[in-house]
Amino acid sequence: MDFNDTPAEAEFRAEVRTWLKANVPHRDKAAESEAELIRRAKSWQAKKADAGWACLHWQKEYGGRSASPIESVIWQQEESKYDVPAGIFAIGQGMCGPTMATYATEEQKQRYLPPMARGDEIWCQLFSEPAAGSDLAGLRTKAEKDGDDWIINGQKIWTSGAHYSDYGILVTRSDPTVPKHQGLTFFFVDMKSPGIEIKPIKQISGASNFNEVYFTDVRIPDAHRLGEVGDGWRVSITTLMNERLAVGSAGGPDFADIFRLAQNIEINDQPAIKDRAVRDRLATWYCETNGLKFTKFRTQSALSRGETPGPEASIAKIVSAKKLQDIGSFGMDLMELGGIMMDENVMLEDGMFQGAFLGAPGLRIAGGTDEILRNIIAERVLGLPQDIRADKGVSFNEIPTSR
Amino acid sequence: MNFEFSEEQNMLRDQARSFLADKCSLRNVREILDGDAPFDAEAWRGMIELGWTGTAIPEEYGGIGMGYLELCVIAEELGRSLAPTPFSSSVYLFAEAILTAGSEEQKKQYLPGIATGATIGTLAVFEGPHAPSPKNIKAKAANGLLSGEKMPVPDGDVADFAVVAANSDAGLSLYIVDLSDDSVTAQSIKTLDPTRSHAKINLSETPGELLGNEGDGWNILGQVFNAAAVLFAFEQVGGAQAALDMGKEYAMTRFAFGRPIATFQAIKHKLVDMYVATELARSNCYYGAWALDTHSTELPIAAATCRISATDAYHESSKENIQIHGGMGFTWEFDCHLFYRRSKLLSVNLGGEPRWKDMLISRLEQASA
Repeated sequence: MDFNDTPAEAEFRAEVRTWLKANVPHRDKAAESEAELIRRAKSWQAKKADAGWACLHWQKEYGGRSASPIESVIWQQEESKYDVPAGIFAIGQGMCGPTMATYATEEQKQRYLPPMARGDEIWCQLFSEPAAGSDLAGLRTKAEKDGDDWIINGQKIWTSGAHYSDYGILVTRSDPTVPKHQGLTFFFVDMKSPGIEIKPIKQISGASNFNEVYFTDVRIPDAHRLGEVGDGWRVSITTLMNERLAVGSAGGPDFADIFRLAQNIEINDQPAIKDRAVRDRLATWYCETNGLKFTKFRTQSALSRGETPGPEASIAKIVSAKKLQDIGSFGMDLMELGGIMMDENVMLEDGMFQGAFLGAPGLRIAGGTDEILRNIIAERVLGLPQDIRADKGVSFNEIPTSR
Repeated sequence: MNFEFSEEQNMLRDQARSFLADKCSLRNVREILDGDAPFDAEAWRGMIELGWTGTAIPEEYGGIGMGYLELCVIAEELGRSLAPTPFSSSVYLFAEAILTAGSEEQKKQYLPGIATGATIGTLAVFEGPHAPSPKNIKAKAANGLLSGEKMPVPDGDVADFAVVAANSDAGLSLYIVDLSDDSVTAQSIKTLDPTRSHAKINLSETPGELLGNEGDGWNILGQVFNAAAVLFAFEQVGGAQAALDMGKEYAMTRFAFGRPIATFQAIKHKLVDMYVATELARSNCYYGAWALDTHSTELPIAAATCRISATDAYHESSKENIQIHGGMGFTWEFDCHLFYRRSKLLSVNLGGEPRWKDMLISRLEQASA
């Protein structure tokens, strides 16, 4: 057991640090429009890619660096020390990329992966539907074969970044007469295709990071199918296993932020951190934060040995989303009535605590609800039996529905 | 970077687990629970023969000098099996106190006995149902003689030597006391966890040999508790895992409403919460083990972190294991209460969680200053 870098790792870290120091662009403006953020993110991603620092663990020929898992971790650790944009590529590089790498043809991988790595093309994930969230395999978007094409009709929802994405991965129902998991087929789709309509969803935070995506007679060539016809569930599982890694680490205030706030704000004329009740909460969050950090290191050690990331990674999301919600709420408790102010001239810490309070409820749902993730850990890690399912073995078109 | 135990350390774990499954099963633990013996003498002899007591004691003091990572591996297995032996008192408390503050002579005098199991040691700090502090410790030391009452003292009824905290003119200090001295009385005391022996010890003008500098006792105790916290945290994680395994096993085989109760989400989610708490604690323990083994300056923070999360995990896991078992979990006959009892003992034996949380934040404040 060694928490220090080996000489080779230390050398790699030094190389990373040197490059970042010389190349991270200076930024003087905090607020920016989405278009400005995308421009800034694309420019940073391209700069990294051109120097061999994009998607480090991907193979070189697909735009990566063929780096070891531990080198990827070192890069992430060092890059995260800087204020550089990353979020808009997370779904593509974290989930769509691995799915394409597993199921696309060699030609398609050559065509789509390098621009995905360089940030020239942004990808989104078209999975959830109004009637298929936790029960994803109950999705209804229809795919019908028409010559060498498929014709898609239906609606997807909660699609992050659909409005600025170039491509998406899509799971559809190609056969409603068989049990639900058996009738699915998986594609990738050009988001500029005729018949795709994208409508933003306004969240409780007021922001619109998600969309509804409507498909009306959208044509997808059969060559853009990933996996066999009817095998879409298995392909989806590849994506979802990577989703929990991609979503696992949420932004927003963490222990260091609430610790700093407690040092800087007063209760009863002394720093809040001197209050025993405050110390108790801080200690709990410190232990959770570090427990997650070292659990991640253990997962990375398993990766180094060539094992695939397991559902253990779900732990991170279960713990960190709730922690984020609690820290956001507690930060505002420390500010008392002033904590409700979201006027940027007077709010503390750029409003990160209020942002967490309003953002965390979504995080506890996105990428698998807390409850679904617990089921996954129960069944895949602890080996507990599945719940009894009323729709097991029933043809999809005979399953009772809400309406 | 490598956050795993080595192959050799995992082999040691397998060996420890199979030894304990054989010699220290829950049936053996129940014999101590229901009988009069203070500890399982046969299991204790076996551990000594395997060299466990000398694991982290340097060879020059009669140990086998493997290291703390190996001791952590053994601690986790001892916690899993609920081993009713004086191992922790002798090895995590007494030996650590000598290693931390002892002179060369003291190390040479006391450590070989601990390593070979010829002697049992312990640490006597507490004086009744309250948190000890340098001010409220009533035991007195003057002219090398100690007087006072210590309770509960872990394994105080079977130990040969104790490191005793007492106040002298210079402040709180530590003394090595030979418990076989005529001036000492040691009586077993009834506790929440009868599988681990505790005693009330009376000292009356008892000779004590100063350990470390006079007046430096509280500071030394802090260092000893940091090391012991990591080792006990591994015991706690081992116990939490055992309670989780037990609850899981029961949920898979107990039927209600025509199906195993493990198919109900209310039970599944409970087991997952036990698992998550245990995994976070385990990861923090790895950090603690690393800090202990490398003598890192981060040890005070790492020790508090792993102790707090291991305490939480064991509490969660042992109480919910009873809940999963329903009414049977509440009976003397079922083993659930053994883990529940041990969990409480280990959550307070080095001071309670509120105090450790407070210490953790103080250490973080110092580190950020």
